[in-house]
Amino acid sequence: MSLQLDFPAVLERWPSFLAGAVLTLELAAFATVLGALLGTLAAVGRGTHNALIAGASKAYVETIRNTPLLVQIFLVYFGLASLGLKFSAFAVAVAALTINVGAYTAEIMRAGFEAIPRGQIEAAEGLALSRLQIYWHIILLPAVEKVYPALTSQFVLLMLASSVCSQISAEELTAVANYIQSDTYRAFETYIIVAVLYVILSLVMRAGFWGLGLVLFPRRRRLGTPL
Amino acid sequence: MGGHLNINHLMFLGQGALWTIGLSVIALIGGGIVGFVIALARISPLKSVRLASATYVQLVQGTPLLVILFLGYFGLAAIGLKVSPLTAASASLTLYVAAYLGEIWRGCIQSVPKPQWEAAEGLALSRTQRMSKVILPQAIRIATPPTVGFMVQIIKNTSLASVVGFVELMRSGQIVNNSLFEPFAIYAIIAVTYFAMCYPLSLFSQRLERRMGRGRSNLAPA
Repeated sequence: MSLQLDFPAVLERWPSFLAGAVLTLELAAFATVLGALLGTLAAVGRGTHNALIAGASKAYVETIRNTPLLVQIFLVYFGLASLGLKFSAFAVAVAALTINVGAYTAEIMRAGFEAIPRGQIEAAEGLALSRLQIYWHIILLPAVEKVYPALTSQFVLLMLASSVCSQISAEELTAVANYIQSDTYRAFETYIIVAVLYVILSLVMRAGFWGLGLVLFPRRRRLGTPL
Repeated sequence: MGGHLNINHLMFLGQGALWTIGLSVIALIGGGIVGFVIALARISPLKSVRLASATYVQLVQGTPLLVILFLGYFGLAAIGLKVSPLTAASASLTLYVAAYLGEIWRGCIQSVPKPQWEAAEGLALSRTQRMSKVILPQAIRIATPPTVGFMVQIIKNTSLASVVGFVELMRSGQIVNNSLFEPFAIYAIIAVTYFAMCYPLSLFSQRLERRMGRGRSNLAPA
């Protein structure tokens, strides 16, 4: 048997592909924002002197980082269901991705916090800044600036990982592909197209984060930022 | 309902766990071999080789593993090869792991201090000799902690091989769940099993990293 590819037969389903790609971006956007918040909280929690909070943050980060996303998604999906709570597949997907990326963000943010020189915080205390001001201006913003490249590549990885949500029938790009290939019997063509779309999405996201970085952190521009 | 979780179910899950380890080892060895070639190609003196390997890395790192698995599964079938889920999963994971390990190892090779490269050249070593006798032995030391860390990713990622029907830990969990329908309990067991496999590796990687950090600061020339 020789290889025969028929792309037009699959490409005529482009509205579905487009809808799937949009949903993938939406999933990634929600999970990125919520996961960044959760991860920052966990990183702050890990650094507190309260042993209970620090221990809980560490347990959260280590549990998530050492189990597969697929298992986490199923646990959230069936866990909520067994509590009698009904949510849409999209909401469950966002929740699971948020919990997942939050743990990775926490580790990155912790590295950022640790990179803040102790003297800067002491200087801020000496200038009688409030605790909140110190956290925001001296610790959080400079830390984010330092780890920005690591953070953004984590968020691109999150977008790619959201493909796993197809397994709980969230209608994102991979789920659309699964549906189209079972409908057209053109599996190879379908997944080639989807792979190309994911590559494009990840390039778009990286370009977007790069541009955002230039706007948010003018100082980085002078240091030179690799795309 | 299909009764309760019994010893047979646990045995079945245990077998799945062994296949998870088996598939991880295959992916590590296959991906390690291809990844090593990629790492060398990325720093090749030939521009075309550098470009080709960089393109490969960009394409694989821009595609979800799930899609690569489907491509391997249906792609090998499309060119007329009859593939078992194990072959498809091994091939896809090898290609995937190679792109990431290649990139990690390229960084490690390039982080061997510049004077070492120059000294090797000054001693009139050939390119191969310089690589095998001077650069790689040092690069391996630098590469060990991130490679152990990446092994955690490999183990976790083998869970996706369940979608092409390969019966590893995740898939065996789904099969057991189909007969018992106690998803939360079963996936919790699966999660704990993955954690038991991954966490020791994570700790080991962290310890290696810390030890390396100490050794390095002692050796730092200037």
